[in-house]
Formats: sequence, C-alpha cells, structure tokens
Amino acid sequence: MTMQKLGTVPIYNVGDRVRVRKAAPLGHVRTPFYIRGHAGVVERICGAFANPEELAQQRDGLPKQPLYRVRFKQKDVWPGYRGSRSDVIEIEIFQHWIEA
Amino acid sequence: MKAAGRYEPYSYFQLMEVSLRELLVDKGIVTEDAIAGAMAIMRARGPERGAAMVARAWLDPAYKERMLENGGAAAEELGFEVPGLKLIVVENTPKQHNVIVCTLCSCYPRMLLGIPPEWYKSRAYRSRVVREPRKVLAEFGLKVPPKQAIRVHDSNADMRYMVLPMRPAGTEGWSEQRLAALVTRDCLIGVAVPALPKKPKSRKS
Amino acid sequence: MGGLPAGKVRRAEHAYDDWELRVDAMMMLLVGVVGGNKRMTVDELRKNIESLPPADYDKMGYYDRWVISLTQTMIQRGVITTDELAKKLAAVEKRGLSPISRRRSKSAR
Repeated sequence: MTMQKLGTVPIYNVGDRVRVRKAAPLGHVRTPFYIRGHAGVVERICGAFANPEELAQQRDGLPKQPLYRVRFKQKDVWPGYRGSRSDVIEIEIFQHWIEA
Repeated sequence: MKAAGRYEPYSYFQLMEVSLRELLVDKGIVTEDAIAGAMAIMRARGPERGAAMVARAWLDPAYKERMLENGGAAAEELGFEVPGLKLIVVENTPKQHNVIVCTLCSCYPRMLLGIPPEWYKSRAYRSRVVREPRKVLAEFGLKVPPKQAIRVHDSNADMRYMVLPMRPAGTEGWSEQRLAALVTRDCLIGVAVPALPKKPKSRKS
Repeated sequence: MGGLPAGKVRRAEHAYDDWELRVDAMMMLLVGVVGGNKRMTVDELRKNIESLPPADYDKMGYYDRWVISLTQTMIQRGVITTDELAKKLAAVEKRGLSPISRRRSKSAR
C-alpha cells in the first residue's frame, strides 16, 4: 500500500453542536467574519479539501482538511433579526475553524 | 477582437487586459485560440442546464433523490460536463425556501449555469441577503410567508449550490421541456419561484 | 462583507464586453479549469482581490478587480516580471489597444 497524504480524519458528526473560532488573522480566510464566535449544528460533512489559506500563499494546502456545513439560527447570529424564528443560515466551516 | 482606435477612450483595466494577454501569449502560456474557446464556453452557458435538471427531478423521483444526494453526478447524468463541480442542490418545500449567496466573492456553479448576474456579485446583495433575506427577496418581488422558513446558503468554500424550486400547480401532464422553460436563473438562485406565464386577457367582443 | 449595511440591490444587467470575457477566459485557463496549463489557484486570485484597498475596491468594476488580481498573481508567480509589464503597458498605450490598427496604418501609406 502506498503512503499517501491522508486527509485529517473528521472529528465532528452530523448533529454535533459546534462553535466557530473567534479569530482575526491575516492572509486569506474563507470563514466569514459575521459567523466567527457563533454556535451551530453540523448539517453535513462535505469531505476533505486543501486548505484555501495555504493555497492562497502558493502552498499546497495539504493535508486536506475536513469541511462541514454548519447550520445557524438567524436569530442567534443577528441582533434584532426580523424574520421567522426558524430562519437559518448554512455555511461551510473548515475543521480548524471549529473551537475544541 | 473589438479594436479601440486612437480616439476611443479605454480604461486602465482594458489596457492591463491587452498587456497581460499579449505577454502571456508571447511566452506561450496561453493562446488566442484557447482564450476564444474559453469565451465561447461561458457564452454558451446559461440556466438551461439547471432548468433541465429541475424538470427531470420534477418528473422522476429517483433522479431527484440522486440529485439531492450528489448534484454534480446528477448533472453529468444528463450529459453536462462539469468536472470537479461539488454541487449541493437544496429543495424548496412548503416549509422552507432556499436562497444562495457568496458573501466572500461570487462563487456560483459557473460551469453548469454560466457567469452569475451582476447583482449576485454586488456589495448590496452579498451584505444584505444573509442578514435580512426576507426584505431582499421582497425587493425581488418574492414574498415568503412566515410559515416558510428561509435557509440562506453562503457558498463560502468548496461547495456550489442550486435551488430545486417547487413545481407550480397547474402543470399536470406538461412535457419535460415545457416544465424546464418555467425555471429561470433567478429560480435556481432562490430569488424567484417558477410561475405560470400569465394568460393574455381575452377580448370581450 | 456579509451583514454590513448596504443599499437596495440594483438588478439592471448588462451584457459583458469582450475584454471582460477575455479576462474571464484567461482566469479559466490560468486556474486550469480548461486548457491544462494551470499556473495559479483561484485562492490566489481571491487573496489578491481582498488585498485591494477598500476605496479602490468600491470604485472598480468586477472584471477591473479580476484583471488587476490576475496580473498581480502572474507577477507573484514569476510568470511575468514588473519590468516586462511596464514595458508592455507603455508599448500598448503608444500603439493603441489593437495591433491591427497599427498594421492598417502602415499599409495605408
């Protein structure tokens, strides 16, 4: 069996409640500002993908990182949200942006 | 190629485009033919392929399930070449309405649906539809009732999204082609829903 | 950008100019979506767009931002140099955007 660069194993499951890290580093980041620090529920595991933060810097972004779709309640994200209480927003979050 | 003569004003950015292209062609990185070919591909892409997938899903429940499971494979099943597309198709139901955005830039299933509309890439849409989707949809002429939850999908990483709208009432027995014609690009993004064409008012003789 | 205040969505659409479609095509070729000669990633394109000063970002059109970002990326990747670009920009500005117009004026003599 050849030794290939294995993607990091996903540590969260569908249905897990997770919180997005609150951090503001430099460089290219694909975690939107508005969702950092918020908690939601894993809706699905999308697979593993090369880290865009590294790809942006001409590096290979390996090993691939698990990417999740996380569902957040809009009323939790936006102060004074004026829609329905069941409105949600779903965003792709890389594993390393989920708080332990 | 559109020639800009000496007296036709052009922008710094158009100057940059010509300069970049000529440097790349001179160095053998790209060819003018390859550029023309890529332009032709994008000109030919429109919402028709997405509409075809929706119409098929409306008529074939097994295809619909496959499409919801793996959108890219479902596109390829209909003969659409979309190498590497990770497509998630989200289904509108009486309980939920879906709308797509890319707040970070303008990610869109381009190889399936073509270049996205200007407004999709605008600051106004990207900033507001995540925060006040109902208001933005109302500005598009779509009123979503309170009992229908809104699911906003921010296309911020590797996945791409398309909405599977609900099949309108009054389309029983319609052909796949006729159904597909109801599905506009805006329906696939989620700022509209398919509507039957308005019947012209009959003249009273 | 999500969640920041902004005005009404302007829905008027325009057909893209050829030069814009050429920028789009160059991106597809350089990122390797088509053509098989991948020279950069779309992540580098995004990073360079994000690096534009905010005041410029707002004044620039979509493909204005793309062409600047693409060119920056090619410099960063060493595909072209700043000096080559400077010389080419000057040459194109002097002769006009299309090389055809130059050839036509020669044969007109």
